[in-house]
Amino acid sequence: MIALERRPAPSAVWRWATPPLAVLLTMVAGGAMFAALGQDPLVAIRTIFWDPLFAEQFASYARPQLLVKAGPLILIAIGLAMGFRAGVWNIGAEGQYIVGAICGAAAGLALYPADTRLILPLMALAGALGGWAWAMIPALLRTRFGTNEILVSLLLVYVAEQLVAAMALGPLRNPDGGGFPGSRNLARWDSSANPELIVGTGMHWGVVAAFIAVIAAHVMFTRHLAGFQIRLMGEAPRAARFGGVRAGRLVILCFGVSGALAGLAGLFEVTGPAGQLNIDFGAGYGFTAIIVAFLGRLHPIGILLAGLLMALTYIGGELAQLTLGLPAAAIQAFQGMLLFFLLGVDVFTNYRLRLGRRRIA
Amino acid sequence: MSALLQVRGLSKAYPGVVANKDVDLTVQQGEIHALLGENGAGKSTLVKAIYGLVKPDAGTMALLGKPYAPPEPRAARRAGVAMVFQHFSLFDALSVAENVGLGMETPPRLRVLAAEIAQVSRAYGLPLDPAARVGDLSAGARQRVEIVRCLLQEPKLLIMDEPTSVLTPQEVEILFATLQKLAREGTSILYISHKLEEIRALCRRATILRRGRVVGTCDPRSVSTAQLAELMVGTSLKRPDREGRNRGPVVLALKDLSVPAPGRFGTALSGIRLTVEGGEIVGIGGVAGNGQDELLAALSGELPVGPRMIELEGEEIGTLGPVARRRLGLLAAPEERLGHAAAPDMSLTENAALTGWMREPILRRGFLDWKAARSFAQKVIESFDVRTPGPGTAARALSGGNLQKFVIGREVLQRPRVLVVNQPTWGVDAAAAAAIRQALIDLARGGAGVVVITQDLDEILELADRFAALNAGRLTPPVPTEGLTMERIGLMLGGAHDMDVARPDEAHQIMESYDAPA
Amino acid sequence: MDLSSINSLLLLASLMVASTPILLAGLGELVVERAGVLNLGVEGMMITGAVCGFAIGFETGSALWGFAAAAAAGAVLSLVFGVLTQILMSNQVATGLALTLFGLGLSSLIGQGYVGERGVNVPDVPLGPLADLPVVGPILFRHDAVVYLSLFLCLAIWLFLYRSRAGLVLRSVGESAEAAHALGTKVVRIRLAAIAFGGACAGLGGAYLSLVRVPQWTDGMTSGAGWIALALVVFSSWRPWRLLLGAYLFGGLTVLQLNLQAAGVKLPVEYLSMAPYILTILVLVIISSGRGRAALGAPAALGRSFHAAA
Repeated sequence: MIALERRPAPSAVWRWATPPLAVLLTMVAGGAMFAALGQDPLVAIRTIFWDPLFAEQFASYARPQLLVKAGPLILIAIGLAMGFRAGVWNIGAEGQYIVGAICGAAAGLALYPADTRLILPLMALAGALGGWAWAMIPALLRTRFGTNEILVSLLLVYVAEQLVAAMALGPLRNPDGGGFPGSRNLARWDSSANPELIVGTGMHWGVVAAFIAVIAAHVMFTRHLAGFQIRLMGEAPRAARFGGVRAGRLVILCFGVSGALAGLAGLFEVTGPAGQLNIDFGAGYGFTAIIVAFLGRLHPIGILLAGLLMALTYIGGELAQLTLGLPAAAIQAFQGMLLFFLLGVDVFTNYRLRLGRRRIA
Repeated sequence: MSALLQVRGLSKAYPGVVANKDVDLTVQQGEIHALLGENGAGKSTLVKAIYGLVKPDAGTMALLGKPYAPPEPRAARRAGVAMVFQHFSLFDALSVAENVGLGMETPPRLRVLAAEIAQVSRAYGLPLDPAARVGDLSAGARQRVEIVRCLLQEPKLLIMDEPTSVLTPQEVEILFATLQKLAREGTSILYISHKLEEIRALCRRATILRRGRVVGTCDPRSVSTAQLAELMVGTSLKRPDREGRNRGPVVLALKDLSVPAPGRFGTALSGIRLTVEGGEIVGIGGVAGNGQDELLAALSGELPVGPRMIELEGEEIGTLGPVARRRLGLLAAPEERLGHAAAPDMSLTENAALTGWMREPILRRGFLDWKAARSFAQKVIESFDVRTPGPGTAARALSGGNLQKFVIGREVLQRPRVLVVNQPTWGVDAAAAAAIRQALIDLARGGAGVVVITQDLDEILELADRFAALNAGRLTPPVPTEGLTMERIGLMLGGAHDMDVARPDEAHQIMESYDAPA
Repeated sequence: MDLSSINSLLLLASLMVASTPILLAGLGELVVERAGVLNLGVEGMMITGAVCGFAIGFETGSALWGFAAAAAAGAVLSLVFGVLTQILMSNQVATGLALTLFGLGLSSLIGQGYVGERGVNVPDVPLGPLADLPVVGPILFRHDAVVYLSLFLCLAIWLFLYRSRAGLVLRSVGESAEAAHALGTKVVRIRLAAIAFGGACAGLGGAYLSLVRVPQWTDGMTSGAGWIALALVVFSSWRPWRLLLGAYLFGGLTVLQLNLQAAGVKLPVEYLSMAPYILTILVLVIISSGRGRAALGAPAALGRSFHAAA
């Protein structure tokens, strides 16, 4: 008989051993899935995890993509982790990402074709504000009316998706675009472009923002009172209230920060890698960031690593699509599986296995 | 009489704790058998094994001479064993009849069941409305639901785990009458308690546990209370020293403190008036669920109150939150240690910072100085003899007594002007309880006002200068504890609540023996 | 715009069809939540049900097999959630989200070969002479079997919850797992059963989308229906009949919105398509702001993990 036994205290070893273990288990299960799709599992795994970085013919394209993809994931996940630690469930980052891009793009396009270096910073501000405002809807509804923030933030994603479509077809459509949907190309307009800062690295302003966010979050969680109160509220809400934590304020703070970061991510995406606002702008970063946040154990450094790994699976997935004909959806299922395994093996942080003896009654 | 239940050599270990070791226990038919021991002695584990909730590591049991090893409570119930839990196993949102039905093996239809409940509750003087929602009932009434649920199954053995901790003295006497009636009818009762007076009033045989082992079996009437206590605790404990205190001016004043009920099954506070002087300990008694948690929350600042309702040293602080109140010197320690007074998964250092940052030099310009927090935690650990490997240990890894010492110590060392504590020694072993009580007295000696909210009436008599009773969210005017009798306290607590009509004849006689000096 | 082109009779008749997917999924989730478990993976289970139902229906040519496969797929997927949350004690919110993300990926993987195919036909089952009644007939009695099944399910769940011992035990588990355990109730087993039932219902709901309502397979075709079903459970205060009411109200408004689109209202389609989601949010706000009335019906142990130390 196998029984789970609660540990007297959470295991520090397992806390950090679980993500690599989960990745390993996902590779095994994913390999099985790829085999079921008629692929050689080893080749598929190598194509996803190894080739983008080390295979010569792909690395020059794929390596910079790592930061390009990881940037928004990390930026969004840092904000989400703040909330998740506090037990505040913002799962609508995808919507905030989209609205941030819309607001940022709109602010920039309103000034088109002015030529000043202030435009990108202004757009960044507008993007962050847009994401923040979109996140304030579930936050205020929760603090004012006690409305479930999970459902509201998620439902707002669908609204944002319709909104971006409406914008790309309506007010923000490129007047010189020959009737095609989509805004002007912001990456090709010098004032709004978010270029690759160091050639060949994929580093753009969004990645810089992500690194800053990682450091700031790390300092906040380890040293600042706000970080301590966030952890308290998540781990023991009653004790938090007893310790003077104002739950409503933290809800607003967590939603605000994560919304602003998601908005920023959206803005840097629309001015850089994406280039323009179009009907299919939302690419799922806001949802994948949830996986990144958990895989990184809601810890800033962990999120940094997890973001890079997730970016790798995106790039590897694309590569596998090209070279092996592996369907794009496979990688999405693969990522979901990773979260499953992580949540599953996480049990060992708080429990240990005990092989029960047969007992004499 | 012949043996109903025989337990031989029962052992059960949890990680780091041996709950039971080679325990022998024999319960005769129709006897009320006491299982005596202080908190953490292993009483609950033993009865849970008998009830099939815990699988023992070793040992045998026999019921009426036949081997008995219930794999689950259902089997125990089928064999005729019923149990009334210390922490109730009731469902707030369901009706009395539904709750009773859930605890039975083959319950009849709800309507028939309601009639049976009414009938049994009449026969044993336990009034109950089958249609009432359990969440709306008083603690005493909730216990009646549990007892009636057991009685409907006509058990051979009825286990009662600390049943009187939620009852007024008057309700206790009625319960005892019921139990004696049951025993006369042939039901055996295994009665768990750490209250010696009770055991002497009710039982003829007692098995005493200490640290998981049986340390003696006796007739509690033939042994003195002091001897029993020594068997239970292992050493004789001295009563706390209350001398050497001077009263100062009023430090805390509650002026018509009223708060609406928070949440679905909370209690509203209404018109509470109280003053506390420096150097004084005021005891607030009451049966669980009469507004204790709400009173503590209203004082700590967790529950918002009107602007003029609370004065701390002459200053109106009603609208202030927990942080501002603590900065002014009004500190609190709630009843629930894990999850309210302390965050279970956080270290002692972090838990020291939980309230410590507001008064200790731990916070600098919004940033926490963890070194300072750690040394504060270390200071609490040393001053209050908290047994733990160090300040890095998670709160949930500490025993109840040690964590409680830490929580009280954390507040006491912040030099409060007024300290409010709720159930400071609940579930704490005797040595830790004595240390905590002494610390509260010493705090008062230093000039602070102390408010002790507790359900343990002995604690009030031991600690408090004045006593007030909390009943349905109202507070009686305080009276000096000097010369206060249990009966008087009981009446202040609301007497037997809604049970006056049902009082059986023998109640009075038991009350006398209960009140008799040891 | 030509509002007269909207046939109110047809509108009402399509109301039941539009409501059935969220009604089915919502009923399942209601049972799950009554057992004290919050499964946010409804969307993932629905879409997996949608693709499995469509695929099996397409391959076998039998709608019955399609629906059966959808229910089985939903149940299997939900049991992954069940094992993780009930046995491995993972966080229910996070695991539910994982289920949704995984389900979306998995369904799109399975559904690759079926995009653009025409699904199997699900015949209507007119209820004898009732179907010929004027007005009421086409609205109520000329639907496919699944519509009737969903209504029957509503009744059955109500009877189960409030009139049966098993239902009482399930509710008790949702109120306090600890107390139920102390009485000897197999908490984990009951919760797993509830979760599987919820998964099967969500799968059926999804299949109804791909086999009847749309009827074809497209990626991400549930587009939030699972989340709306979750919101409906809150709206219903965890009561089956109120859930039915909510689902039909919602279905009615969706149908109206679609008809307005068809009638050529002078508003971009995108804004009309937002309507269901905004409406759901508004309803959630109204329900939750009603002086905590919504909380009144919530099972006390909802979303809390339970581990029995033996």
